[in-house]
Amino acid sequence: METIIETRSLNLWYGRFHALIDVSLRIPPRAITAIIGPSGCGKSTLLRVINRMNERIPGVRVEGDVLLEGRSIYTGPIDLRQLRKRVGMVFQRPNPFPLSVFENVAYGPKIHGLAGGQELERRVERSLRATGLWDALKDRLGVSALSLAPEQQQRICISRLLAVEPDVLLMDEPASALDPIATARIEELMLELKERYTIVIVTHNMQQAARISTRTAFMLLGELVEVGETQTVFTKPSDPKTEQYISGRFG
Amino acid sequence: MADRTRLVGGAFQSLCILACVLIILMLAVILGDIVVHGLGTVTFSFLTKAPETGMTGGGIFPAIFGTFALVVLMTIAVIPLGVATAIYMHEYAPKRSRVVQMVRLAIQNLAGVPAIVFGLFGLGFFIEFIGRGMDRVFYGGELVYGQPAIVWAALTMALLTMPTVVVATEEALRAIPQSYREVAYSLGATRWQMIRCVVLPQAIGGILTGGILAVSRGSGEVAPVMFTGAAYFLPELPARLNSQFMELGYHVYVMTTQSPDVEATKPILYATVLVLLALTFLLNFSAIMIRAQIRKRLRHGR
Repeated sequence: METIIETRSLNLWYGRFHALIDVSLRIPPRAITAIIGPSGCGKSTLLRVINRMNERIPGVRVEGDVLLEGRSIYTGPIDLRQLRKRVGMVFQRPNPFPLSVFENVAYGPKIHGLAGGQELERRVERSLRATGLWDALKDRLGVSALSLAPEQQQRICISRLLAVEPDVLLMDEPASALDPIATARIEELMLELKERYTIVIVTHNMQQAARISTRTAFMLLGELVEVGETQTVFTKPSDPKTEQYISGRFG
Repeated sequence: MADRTRLVGGAFQSLCILACVLIILMLAVILGDIVVHGLGTVTFSFLTKAPETGMTGGGIFPAIFGTFALVVLMTIAVIPLGVATAIYMHEYAPKRSRVVQMVRLAIQNLAGVPAIVFGLFGLGFFIEFIGRGMDRVFYGGELVYGQPAIVWAALTMALLTMPTVVVATEEALRAIPQSYREVAYSLGATRWQMIRCVVLPQAIGGILTGGILAVSRGSGEVAPVMFTGAAYFLPELPARLNSQFMELGYHVYVMTTQSPDVEATKPILYATVLVLLALTFLLNFSAIMIRAQIRKRLRHGR
């Protein structure tokens, strides 16, 4: 299997709490990998290890390694800004800045000095087209992003991320604050995006994982229990704990 | 039982209402008294002329101008200082850091220091130490900055009002959802880019509120400026940073306590207080308008 991200015997502690235990996971490019598991199992932590967002929490310690295209992002000289430009994140609650639609999407290119003037406008348009917002918002780029519906806000957040042209999109329960119809539409969007981007999604919603992901990883109490093709994990799990979780006996 | 509960509740409500009425009444009496006695004296020439004949005649223009200049200078000094302090404490310093605790304690204490102590501190620190030092280094000992001046009065006043700005700014920073900071970092922003594009635009309302409070406080204080720059009588306007100046509050103080003819100055006194109040409201009002304008621009701007 082709691999873009790989974690090797990854351990992470929050102070004394051992949140990730010996996690070794390989993630293929241009596919959706879903991480499922009960609350507190470490799935969000694992996600945030990949762009080193955990480091902002005091008392975090990491052992093991994470490779992005074969190169370690934990040892050696690493430019965090470049890493986060390549590996971006979509959060659980839509969190556009209280700025206009345009300013939201232009934020990333601006801070990275990627584009200005007309080129910036083209980039914003491209990013909004990619999330299906352009036709609805092209005449209202000046309105506050906070005035939009939650689904559109989440699309703005995804556009904002796409505008820096990342390779990997980390999504932390991106639809859990949305209603079912909006969720379905965001899922459709993810299926479109996986043609060009590597997507890793953390989700509570097992149907969602089954519907959209290529591969599924099941985590429990900080350990990676099982990972494989989504269909296999959901129909013929190799570990009894996976089977129990999927059939709803705990979680 | 139910009756008694209702009775107690009713009594409590009445007391609360009474307290509010009392406050409004007191303010009304003060304002009414000032307006009734002062309004007649506030004429165009009163607002545009300098005091004459032992302060029993003429106007108060130098004091109006001096107060205005003082407050503007103070604002220029206190906003950057207070905002930078708050940003350091909230955005840069590690949580629960020793330094931050000390700074916060210092600011709380600063807020409790009597205004007259600030005046004496300004005299000792700004005039005697910094001013004299500057004179020795730059002017060969000639008296230029080592004397009461509007710049020292403004800086003293800035110290007095700094806690207000720091607290208001910190409050505004605290109100910004952590998720905005996270997003900025997750897009690869540096801390400075995060502060400039995410934190500052959102905190601007709170920062300006702090500025407004500082202006209200500063334009009414007398004690900090009486040793540091306010002049007893000075018909010229302050033209340079090291000029002395007249100040409305101090002018009121002088007329009440030092006038040769208290009865003759009474109408002027009332009128001066009225102008002081009006100026404070005006400064406040313009600060509020500026804040509203900035907020509007932020909300709709591209």
